[in-house]
Amino acid sequence: MRPDTSIQLALALPLVGAALTGILGKRPNLREVGTLAIGLATFLVVVSLLPSVLEGGRPSARWFEVLPGLAIAFRLEPLGMLFALVASGLWIVTSLYSIGYMRARDEDHQTRYYMAFAVSIFGALGVALAQNMFTLFVFYEVLTLSTYPLVAHHGTDKAMRGARTYLAVLLSTSIGFLLLAVVWTWSIAGTLDFTDGGILAGKAEEPVVLALLGLYAFGTGKAALMPFHRWLPAAMVAPTPVSALLHAVAVVKAGVFTVMKVVVYIFGLDLLRDTGVGVALMYVAGATIIIASIVALTKDNLKARLAYSTVSQLSYIVLGAALANSWGVIGGSMHIAMHAFGKITLFFCAGAIYVATHKTEISDMRGIGRTMPFTTFAFLLGSLSVIGLPPMGGTWSKWYLALGAADAHQVLFLGILMVSSLLNIAYLMPIPIRGFFSAPPVDSPSSGIREAPLFCVVPLCLTAVGCIVLFFFAGEIARLLEPLVGGTAAVGGVP
Amino acid sequence: MIEQHLPILQIIVPLIAAPLCVLLRHAKLVTGFAILACWVTFGLAVLLLDQVVTTGVVTYELGGWAAPWGIEYRVDALSAFVLLFVSGIGAIVMSYAPRSMASEIAEHRRYLFCATYLLCLTGLLGIAITGDLFNLFVFLEISALSSYTLIALGGKRQALPAAFQYLVMGTIGATFILIGIGLMYMMTGTLNMADMASRLELADGVRTTLVAFGFLSVGISLKMALFPLHLWLPNAYAFAPSVVTAFLAATATKVSVYILLRFVFSVFGIGFAFETMPLDAILMPLALIGIFVASTVAIFQSDIKRMLAYSSVAQIGYMVLGISFASITGLTGGIVHMFNHALMKGGLFLAMGCIVLRLGSVEIDDMRGIGRRMPFTMAAWVVGGLGLIGVPVTVGFISKWYLIQAALERNWWPVAVLVLMSSLLALVYVWRVVEVAYFKEPSERASAASEAPLSMLIPTWVLIGATLFFGLSTSASAGVARRAAGLLLGGSP
Repeated sequence: MRPDTSIQLALALPLVGAALTGILGKRPNLREVGTLAIGLATFLVVVSLLPSVLEGGRPSARWFEVLPGLAIAFRLEPLGMLFALVASGLWIVTSLYSIGYMRARDEDHQTRYYMAFAVSIFGALGVALAQNMFTLFVFYEVLTLSTYPLVAHHGTDKAMRGARTYLAVLLSTSIGFLLLAVVWTWSIAGTLDFTDGGILAGKAEEPVVLALLGLYAFGTGKAALMPFHRWLPAAMVAPTPVSALLHAVAVVKAGVFTVMKVVVYIFGLDLLRDTGVGVALMYVAGATIIIASIVALTKDNLKARLAYSTVSQLSYIVLGAALANSWGVIGGSMHIAMHAFGKITLFFCAGAIYVATHKTEISDMRGIGRTMPFTTFAFLLGSLSVIGLPPMGGTWSKWYLALGAADAHQVLFLGILMVSSLLNIAYLMPIPIRGFFSAPPVDSPSSGIREAPLFCVVPLCLTAVGCIVLFFFAGEIARLLEPLVGGTAAVGGVP
Repeated sequence: MIEQHLPILQIIVPLIAAPLCVLLRHAKLVTGFAILACWVTFGLAVLLLDQVVTTGVVTYELGGWAAPWGIEYRVDALSAFVLLFVSGIGAIVMSYAPRSMASEIAEHRRYLFCATYLLCLTGLLGIAITGDLFNLFVFLEISALSSYTLIALGGKRQALPAAFQYLVMGTIGATFILIGIGLMYMMTGTLNMADMASRLELADGVRTTLVAFGFLSVGISLKMALFPLHLWLPNAYAFAPSVVTAFLAATATKVSVYILLRFVFSVFGIGFAFETMPLDAILMPLALIGIFVASTVAIFQSDIKRMLAYSSVAQIGYMVLGISFASITGLTGGIVHMFNHALMKGGLFLAMGCIVLRLGSVEIDDMRGIGRRMPFTMAAWVVGGLGLIGVPVTVGFISKWYLIQAALERNWWPVAVLVLMSSLLALVYVWRVVEVAYFKEPSERASAASEAPLSMLIPTWVLIGATLFFGLSTSASAGVARRAAGLLLGGSP
């Protein structure tokens, strides 16, 4: 199949999946087999595009010309390839996990759930494949709207409040700032196409570049830069597989992906470096990293702690983009994949613990390792990856980011990265350690292994193994991403 | 042969069909006949637009009397565009009417409904097609009088005071317009717009012209419900029968915007309106305040039809905002928003009609859980609502894109930011309904409801589908709007 056709197929398949689940709504088994099959097919199609992109091919497709010069069009480049692989790959695991979780919890509205899930994957792939900022914006909004029913899933007052915050923050930032930035870019540059080296160079004064960067960075509410991070903790009310979708598969990744893409292809690394406006963004990202980690320390609710951990980790990627050098950009982009695998494991574990024991607070989880050894061990592996210790994938992205900070002579940010790792240890490690070594609470029936259903445990083991596998494939990812920074010169020293 | 007479046929067909409805009288026969007449009218509008696109401005002399003396019909890109969407919406809404009327309008009044509906359509089309000022006033009155009647057909008792309120306000507006036209006639001795425009250049700056301009702008603003002259609109829309609300909301105020465009750009000319007179300095703040005030009020309505009516007041603000930029991009935005908003609001009110039919209520509390009972109707509502917010892929986005761009072109930052912020207000009032409809346990009325009949769903979805289609492919809508904007700014009438 020609790569150009594959792109169309990759976009169409999730939509077909949504329709299929809708039609099969009355027959749960068939519906879920359909979801998995479509997920697998989507992933295979995306994978089939990889060789051509590695060879320097840029498959493309074009849908509509909405306004003169402004089209909904797609073009696959390395960064999008990475995001598409992460999103479509983790969709399968998340679907597996959803089946276990939703059935064990006996949730209502499951058909709506699977349909919205498929549409949000469509949105994520659209973001990944977008050829211009306009298309990206369109799919960014598709993603926002299609995840809303997932966050509001329970329909209780609490869920509705959380979902309202979710929607309000994401839509007000994207309409208030991002759209403004897009129209402004359009009126300055006369184009919105993602172009190597950027489209703003030589067309805008320094203050304008700074203002635009601010609008893009804060307008991408999904990147959860403080103070626009409130939606992420608010979205905790959703079922756990949805949290996985938000934190790992699609939503926040679409946010940081957008920031990275804008920095590389709209501003251009040279422009950011020469004008020095990236520094302002670095400070925002640095502050978010530290503050969110400290907030995470104070949370006893496991999902809340993980949510703040995500806020902090996302700013690593923004920091990488703001550094605007080869190390920073590659490290940041790589962190999209690394963090996705680490964080999805952690969320799957949190959900599995909830399904098996109905526990949500960390203080209640003492001794959990005795009854749920697999889950707790996977949690340990995920934590190590998020912290950035070998032999976990997260090691490499932090390594690159640190190199990037050093290369840019930003010693402060090198320090922030190190302090953040310590904070990560402080808020993540107690959970598996107490799980294995503390005595379980007296009142709990302690004997025997009582894990969550198989459909929950297998996916979380898979993603935990994925964290280890990524440690050995970091070089491949770096090679894939090299064209982002214009060739091979600056990258080396990876296994 | 027939091509030559298209302009007059455009008016004659609905005008003759109206009294025929009264003669036919039999309810079913009349509705069928009215639907046919509406679609024929629409077909004529399509042919006319085609003619305008290929050959340029089409003129027609009534009774063979040459232009400045006799009445002239004059169809340029702008008029053809307005004719097309007014007659299109007229036809779609009429096709929807039979089933909706059955529950809202007594059988012995239906032939009257059809007759007045056609008269109203005639009036609106006439305004768009004529090149003669007095003729414009006559058509204005035809459409206004028939719309008062249509509103009064509403089932609730409040429909009568609402219609009366509209009658009073509408008549004040029409009187202002008439005084304005009278003064202009005094100054120039002609009623033909093109002729008047050329003579006005000689009479530039004379106080009578200034006064005429003042009367006309106030009168037209009243008619198009520009804030703060909008008070008649919410009641009228809330208490009229669903069909009537959908039709008027989609067409009547838009045609008033057309009158404003005609007077400002074709008769007075851009120099007079924006340099001699500070029209932009008046329109822009009013438009922006109107957008914010009306959207905020909409948030607090529990009657959803009324909420949409306030939203209409806000949307008029966007059109006027576009006009007040007086630039190609701004005007394109304003004109295309006339069309876009007609599709969105028409579709939304048709969906409301389905809800009225099945639920017997438009209160937000009764709409709890309706999303599952009437999935197609509510899906249409949501898409229309997303359009009001201005989400990409809907027509609302296209309008906002042009408006923001126009603001940026002039370096009016605050305006661009305000336009974007106003979208968030729309988000709030639209989302209230979405939340209630999809995530609440069904109300008593909702659990008894079932999906609306196809004869109503199809017209609803035609309009809602159009909001998506023209959100993706804008060469037809924005293309024509741009052409019209160029024509208006070029100074030629």
